[in-house]
Amino acid sequence: MGRFALDLAHMLAGGMVLVSFMLLYQNRMFGLLNVFALHAVVLSASVAWQAHVQAAPHLYVTAAIALLLKAIVIPVALRRMVIRLGIHRSIETVGGIGLTMLMGIALVALSMMVMLQAAAEADPLAREDVALALSVILLGLLMMVTRYNAVSQIVGFMSLENGLILAAAGAKGMPLVVEISVAFSVLVAFIVIGVFLFRIRERFDSVDTHALDDYREGRQ
Amino acid sequence: MTTILALLPFRPVDGVIALPAIAALLLAALPGRRRSAAINVVASFLTFLLATTLLVERPAPGDYVFVDDLNVVFVVLGTFVGFTTSIFSASYIAHEIDAGKLSPGQLRFYHGMYQALAFAMNLGLLADNIGLMWVAVELATLTTVLMVGIYRTHDALEAAWKYFILGSVGIALALFGTILVYMAAQPAIGEGEKAMVWTVLVAEASKFNPELLNVAFVFLMLGYGTKVGLAPLHAWLPDAHAEGPTPISAVLSGLLLNVALYALLRFKMLLAANPQTVAPGPLMVTLGLLSLIFAGFMLYRRRDIKRLFAYSSIEHMGLVTFAFGMGGPLANFAGLLHMTMHSLTKSAIFFAVGQIAQAKGTQRLSEIRGLTQSHPMLGWSLVVGVAAIAGLPPLGIFMSEFLIVSSTFARAPLLAIPLVFGLLVAFGALVLRLTDVAFGEPEGPSAPVDASYLPMVAHLVLVLTAGLWLPAPLVAWFQHVARMLG
Repeated sequence: MGRFALDLAHMLAGGMVLVSFMLLYQNRMFGLLNVFALHAVVLSASVAWQAHVQAAPHLYVTAAIALLLKAIVIPVALRRMVIRLGIHRSIETVGGIGLTMLMGIALVALSMMVMLQAAAEADPLAREDVALALSVILLGLLMMVTRYNAVSQIVGFMSLENGLILAAAGAKGMPLVVEISVAFSVLVAFIVIGVFLFRIRERFDSVDTHALDDYREGRQ
Repeated sequence: MTTILALLPFRPVDGVIALPAIAALLLAALPGRRRSAAINVVASFLTFLLATTLLVERPAPGDYVFVDDLNVVFVVLGTFVGFTTSIFSASYIAHEIDAGKLSPGQLRFYHGMYQALAFAMNLGLLADNIGLMWVAVELATLTTVLMVGIYRTHDALEAAWKYFILGSVGIALALFGTILVYMAAQPAIGEGEKAMVWTVLVAEASKFNPELLNVAFVFLMLGYGTKVGLAPLHAWLPDAHAEGPTPISAVLSGLLLNVALYALLRFKMLLAANPQTVAPGPLMVTLGLLSLIFAGFMLYRRRDIKRLFAYSSIEHMGLVTFAFGMGGPLANFAGLLHMTMHSLTKSAIFFAVGQIAQAKGTQRLSEIRGLTQSHPMLGWSLVVGVAAIAGLPPLGIFMSEFLIVSSTFARAPLLAIPLVFGLLVAFGALVLRLTDVAFGEPEGPSAPVDASYLPMVAHLVLVLTAGLWLPAPLVAWFQHVARMLG
């Protein structure tokens, strides 16, 4: 149990980092949403495995929320929104894909160096989990800063939240209150974003945040 | 007093949290503009009254809520500014409705959100659980995002979007820091709820893994620091202040920034309780100085009056963070005093600015001239407010800035040079702008203002009084809290 439990937890969390990298090089809107759904599926599996290993049944709830909401409901809703707004063209990125990937690798190396050393005394399961979770968080941040498009920024933000849930699940016995609040916050965040997207569309025919910047510079 | 309190069917501390929540639901359900504004004022006033009772009598710390000498200062200040802002809000909103800028539905939304924000801030300040505190700050962020976007103009949406994205990233980093604190605490305290209760954490902090705490603090500093508006994480702040309704600008500057700062102070105390961790001070000093000097220079290039004062908030929050980063009884005392004075002064300035923008029909600095002639009351209030915020004697901010500068000179003279430089840069910018706006020949359209001057004057009188004479019990209280902060 001991060794195998660790290896599987490691593999699933590592899988999330891998899928985060896949998110970074998507240049089509639908591809991006599909990969994000995959990200949520891997998160759900990872949290479920943590629930099993830690014998913490409440984590199954978190896993189920992740699967239902983030792997199915949100990607489907975003896909419909993208079709309705007619923005399923390719995604513009800041810098090239290659440069972004290199920066991603550097960020993963950084989070490994920091977390593995800082949490050296902690339980190995929690330590690896939190190190990989930090990688996912930093990759999510990187994605948010390298995309102009509002929908890809949302996807970057949600992948960042997935990393947070991974970290919370890895911290042994962390109270349920927080996990539910995380799931809840995603929901609220999603509603907020959804509302904004529609309002932006209503008025300006673009969800490209770059266009907003242009407008403002013109005014100044 | 205590006998009256014993008659209440609930604990005052629960009332401070629950009352705004109930009012929020009520206001969201009820139509009618005058009644809503009145309920908003009454609810804010009752919350303030309940908060002041916490000064006299406080409950035993529980797992979720607690009151100590530090957070009671924040709660009383916060509920007071919340109350005065609700009075200002009533007249401001009446004007916005007459001008057709807000619909009845939006008005209900606005009042509901105002109380929801008060609920989130009181919960965050009184929370004894670091998870709960995080949830409250997140809730406060979401409510203010919605309020900033309420006018639905292009600029308002852009500001709300920017605020939402940066605020969420900040809040996410803060959650990661919170998780790391739990991981550090869990081996010493054991699994479950207890390892997130602040009073337990601080008592056991010396047994925690110092390296994990260090990393956690970096994330908490960046996360909550974004909400404090520290450079280089401040980008959301000027837009959010400029595009939202002015009462919200006043609440943002006067209260929400303080709540985030409070969270930061709590974690600083946690690190201070563990002697093996690195000192959090230098990080706070660096970010504070950076914000102060950066905002000082940015003040020169502003064209929008609300944006101008938003940058001034960045400057002052930088100064407060600097003071708390320096630490020690004197600098902490000065930081606490400065934070209080800044909240009162900045909200008073925003009250004046809101009425000015309504009277002149614009927020552009170049179109506002000669206010002391066209609107003497507003103009002179603005002059007093800006004199206070720029740090002129005998007003309250002069005293707190003087204390910060002199304690820095005594302990780290080299740091005092950039500090004084930043203060002078900001001073110059504010005086320059003020002379344009307040004096000279009036220009452009101007409508008479029909507004209540009471909140603005009350704040300015308090700031002036504090500059001339601080009551001895207040000084003793602040000194006690300053020692607590270490």
